[in-house]
Amino acid sequence: MKLYDKIFPPRVIELPNGKQIFKYRSRAPLAVLVLLFLTVLSVKVTGFNMNVLVRRIGEFFVILREMFPPNWSYLSQIWQPLFDTIKMSLLGSVIGSVLVIPFSMLASTNIIHNRIVVSAMRLILSIIRTLPTLVTALIATYVFGLGTLAGTTAIAIFTFAYIGKILYEEIETVDMGSFEAMEAMGATKTRAFVSSIIPQVLPSYLSNCLFCFEGNVRYASILGYVGAGGLGLILNEKIGWREYSSVGMILVVLFVTVFIIETISRAARKRLV
Amino acid sequence: MNKRIEEAYAKRPKRWIYELVIVLITAALLVWSGSAVETSGTTQNGAKIALNILAGIFHPDTDLLFNLTTQGVPYLLLETICIAFLGTVVGAVISVPLAFLSASNLTPAQVAFLGRIIIMAVRTVPAFVYGLMFIRVTGPGAFAGLLTMSLCSVGMVSKMYIEAIEDLDTKILESLDAAGCSSWQKIRYGIVPQLMPNFASTAIYRFDINLRDATVLGLVGAGGIGAPLIFAMNSYRWNEAGSILAGLIVLVLIVEWISTKIRVKLARG
Repeated sequence: MKLYDKIFPPRVIELPNGKQIFKYRSRAPLAVLVLLFLTVLSVKVTGFNMNVLVRRIGEFFVILREMFPPNWSYLSQIWQPLFDTIKMSLLGSVIGSVLVIPFSMLASTNIIHNRIVVSAMRLILSIIRTLPTLVTALIATYVFGLGTLAGTTAIAIFTFAYIGKILYEEIETVDMGSFEAMEAMGATKTRAFVSSIIPQVLPSYLSNCLFCFEGNVRYASILGYVGAGGLGLILNEKIGWREYSSVGMILVVLFVTVFIIETISRAARKRLV
Repeated sequence: MNKRIEEAYAKRPKRWIYELVIVLITAALLVWSGSAVETSGTTQNGAKIALNILAGIFHPDTDLLFNLTTQGVPYLLLETICIAFLGTVVGAVISVPLAFLSASNLTPAQVAFLGRIIIMAVRTVPAFVYGLMFIRVTGPGAFAGLLTMSLCSVGMVSKMYIEAIEDLDTKILESLDAAGCSSWQKIRYGIVPQLMPNFASTAIYRFDINLRDATVLGLVGAGGIGAPLIFAMNSYRWNEAGSILAGLIVLVLIVEWISTKIRVKLARG
């Protein structure tokens, strides 16, 4: 940004008392240029074509129209996979978010003063976070066999990475007074962490876990596509058979479930924070 | 002094029944969900398979990794970036009017509620269902992936835009009113400066997510790096999967680093 100011020198305004103030040129033109370049490049690479889109957008609604009215008689067969999905996401979220607590502690600069440990922990968390959930689910199906255990593992790994990052950022913003006081009294780091940091971060931690759980229910419905159990399994099957009214029913059930879970968890989160 | 502390401590709110109920509910839910763990599928050589996979992933196929044709990892990554980028842009643009329509402080409650239901419905449909629908429109390839990404982005981005709009500080608008500004000036100097950093930050955040989720598109053949990755994994070519994953991880880490920098700058002004 120094270079930018050299090419486009800032305007100098002289105040009545002789003080000089620099008004830097806006960065907006630069941002617009970069965005424009990226957009043109993306249009070229992806073959974006407005003509095709306008002409054939009707095709998009063909499947959608076939989904309605949904096939109500299929409802009885959805419950089992639906509960599997909820169980998977619940268990996965709990396992992931509990396991990550010590790792987050090791990744916060205000508790661990050893830079190497902190950076190593953060690197591990980042790498796990970049692993696509679908890939972890697929690997899990090879290890644990097809079924809900694979999905639970994939969700636990995702939650681990997601909550981990938020948690160490949260820990770094707490008031360190009580932690230092406990350490000065001779408490170990773990003991001080449990008694002084955890009460401070607990409400927002629980709130984030609930939020993550909401997202996981939605995500768990995709995992079935690679054989990791739950709604995705029957969704994939029904799409394969082109029974779109059954697909519509599955989506309606998923929508209602997500709606209920979100409402409950939003109410809980409001009380927490 | 000590006595007063003890008295105050004794008078603390008694919430143990409430807490006990919550603990019991949570425990019951956990036990119930524990039945999802069926170890029957786990074969004896699960650990061996895992080791094989890890060995393959840590010995990536360098030919593929540095292959500059359209089959190579660099081009696939470029395609993925383009899909994610344009998908985010289109999604963010669609989200703006949708978010203004569903913000409860601007529109009547019924309209806002309807808007929210629509946004939730858009978010609920899994990405690969959209992918299938768009493939009918454009045929398989990156174009379908781009449209899928934009529709998936709309759900989350407009939800966060609504929150930003509802947090608008209306006092600024009142003072602009008092100073005699026209509606256009009020939008330009009262609303845009408040929303712009937030909107941009949300869009950049979504770009990160889109880049990471681009693998999902590969499932239905909607372009990007997903399809080669899934094919390689399904046919146990772990070296190939390793090289694609390595490229993806490095790319996501770099993009995340840049986007965090930009977002911190946006947040601090």
